Amino acid sequence: MKNLIKEFTKGIIKENPTFVLVLGLCPTLAVSVSVANGIGMGIAATFVLLGSSIIVSLIRDFIPGKIRIPCYIVIIATFVTIAELCMKAYSPALNRSLGIYVPLIVVNCMVLGRAEAFACKNNLTRSFIDGLGMGVGFTLALILISAIREFLGSGQILGYTLFKGFHPVFVFGMPSGALLVIGLLLGLFNLLKGKRT
Amino acid sequence: MRNNLIVSGSPHIHKKESVSGIMWTVVLSTIPAGIAGVIIFGLDALWVTLVAVIAAVLTEAVFEIWAKKKVTVMDGSAVITGILLAYNLPSNVPLWLPVVGAVFSIAIGKQVFGGLGQNIFNPALVGRVFLMASWPKYMTTFVKPLSYDAVTSATPLAALKEGKILEHISYLDLFLGKRGGCIGEVCILALLIGAAILLYKGYISWHIPVVYILTTAIFTYIFGAKQLFQGDWLFHILSGGLVLGAFFMATDYVATPLTVKGQIIFGLGCGLLTGIIRIWGGYPEGVSYAILMMNAATPFIDRYTKNRIYGAR
Repeated sequence: MKNLIKEFTKGIIKENPTFVLVLGLCPTLAVSVSVANGIGMGIAATFVLLGSSIIVSLIRDFIPGKIRIPCYIVIIATFVTIAELCMKAYSPALNRSLGIYVPLIVVNCMVLGRAEAFACKNNLTRSFIDGLGMGVGFTLALILISAIREFLGSGQILGYTLFKGFHPVFVFGMPSGALLVIGLLLGLFNLLKGKRT
Repeated sequence: MRNNLIVSGSPHIHKKESVSGIMWTVVLSTIPAGIAGVIIFGLDALWVTLVAVIAAVLTEAVFEIWAKKKVTVMDGSAVITGILLAYNLPSNVPLWLPVVGAVFSIAIGKQVFGGLGQNIFNPALVGRVFLMASWPKYMTTFVKPLSYDAVTSATPLAALKEGKILEHISYLDLFLGKRGGCIGEVCILALLIGAAILLYKGYISWHIPVVYILTTAIFTYIFGAKQLFQGDWLFHILSGGLVLGAFFMATDYVATPLTVKGQIIFGLGCGLLTGIIRIWGGYPEGVSYAILMMNAATPFIDRYTKNRIYGAR
């Protein structure tokens, strides 16, 4: 049990997919303009990650080693299609603002990375917990980045204006702002890590 | 840390010069342009410059104390960054703008990379481009010259870009700085005085500025008008931030190539990019973007223009 809790929490800080493993940066850079987008993308990616981790760990003994990557991609693509269709049906506005980045979860290296590095070597429970932890860590990272960017870039959080008289820093709404925020947060993470060891 | 790295081929002569001595001379050489800016735009220009310098120096000090490094604010490099940043701002900006710009210049443009000598981009230009992308409204409203009130006017280049017929501005007006623009870029005469000091002392070489300005002139002469070879090249030299950029920012020691061949390539690239942005780009002025892009290319230029070691294959 203790092992499982550790498996879950490692995805949030110690092996955070965005800040420590630096995986899946493409959607992180692109959709983190607003907190709503961040949460939407985080949940979609978590769903895909959970689904693919479960299936990959269940059939890991039947996948031939030489064609394992195509197999993973097919499994991941299935879940991405489910996620995309659901999003289109129940939240078309979110789907429109995430745009191409929903189908692009297929090639998100975080999802593929966990299938290749973890789910194909571990049993169902551990893979499930690992996927959940990684997904939660990814979502939290997205929320953190998008909160900073939305606040600085437009003076709002989730569409609510926080301060009157704040001059929004437009650059944080642009791609260059995403790179700046992620770079600074990565530096901060490394600083904290260096202090602990 | 004293930087004792010698970068040219031997033989070497030792000179009693230091980084801080050079930096303070550069500060001195920028003062004529500042005085001209204050005469043309009024005291606002002075406040913007002072605020930017103070913010830059404080940021450097705070950052270095926080990182437990030696505090090097007295070497004058932060002062230069503050001055050059302010010279790239209109005089009527709210005073928090130069503060934010200077903090960004020093913290993100310089200290994040490891301080003086490590920055890959010119810090002042990093700050300017950040402000330009963040608050374009403040960065593109300019005060009318010699009016000392809130009358705004477009820069000659912006008017050209929008296809407006230019108000009559003679080349002499452009040369002396009687036009809308940023604090330090308008008075070409004052900039040339400063540049002459630097060239005389040998702190900058002529290669980058001359190649840069010539390339821009030739490019705008060829492509600047509807027909080829009809462009108003003198106008393009005298307007915008070309002279300020060429002499004071494209000659940054850290972010430009080391060899003469490399410097000529650097100047050529800057000139082409400036011309392309001015004539076909979305912005009226491209000097800062051109220099930053070539800063990014500097490591590659350096790699391919290494001096051949005598006797080596």
